[in-house]
Amino acid sequence: MTIRIAVPESAKAGEVLEIRALIQHRMETGYRRDEYGRAIPRDILKHFECLYNGESVFRAEFFPAVAANPFLTFHTRATESGILLFRWTDQAGKVSTHSASIEVR
Amino acid sequence: MNRRRLLQGMAGTLALGALPGAGAGGLPTKVDEAVKSLYGERRITPERVRVKLPKLSENGNSVPMTIEVESPMTATEHVARISVFAEANPLPQVANFALGARAGLARVETRIRLADSQHILAIAEMNDGSLWSGNAFTLVTLAACVI
Repeated sequence: MTIRIAVPESAKAGEVLEIRALIQHRMETGYRRDEYGRAIPRDILKHFECLYNGESVFRAEFFPAVAANPFLTFHTRATESGILLFRWTDQAGKVSTHSASIEVR
Repeated sequence: MNRRRLLQGMAGTLALGALPGAGAGGLPTKVDEAVKSLYGERRITPERVRVKLPKLSENGNSVPMTIEVESPMTATEHVARISVFAEANPLPQVANFALGARAGLARVETRIRLADSQHILAIAEMNDGSLWSGNAFTLVTLAACVI
């Protein structure tokens, strides 16, 4: 699953960072039907979490109304240098993660 | 003259009551019920929350949406969570976001699927428990695949 994250590599302490996260996922709503008229089962990502040095700084819960290839822009303050971990959980509990490091002066 | 002005004033007040969530004829809509299941009977003030949507969406499968809440985002005063609802989708819930003082800025952007032209409602809950809301309307020319 392709993941793209946009986060500044470095920032001043206290600065508000804008983070953009994109993950490839069809987010099947469960409302579509196949060529035989059968409902295509729902298969979506349910949760997203951003952890900054282990502390949760942003969480999102998705419903079928979130578009395919869920894209999120959110903000967090740059506190200390470290690792930002991005974690997506689908409806079956499967987890995908990605991380980025940030240097805070 | 006076009576006409009075009636016009009353019509204005009635129009205000027809904001999304009121429901035609007073019956609760799906959004009303979803909001009630999350927030009960708590008072929601329709201020401070701004929902930004394009006035016209060419493709209902992917509509960019921004939610902004006026808040200093300090340890003592910040947005704790935001919930988003769509009035004309099969399911009223769209997304929930958990923020907190560390967010620094109460602004979230994402892309949503819309089955029809409709209002999107966002409710922000502050750390003190107060609830604020805002909404926006978008015209959808190509509906998302049954959402």
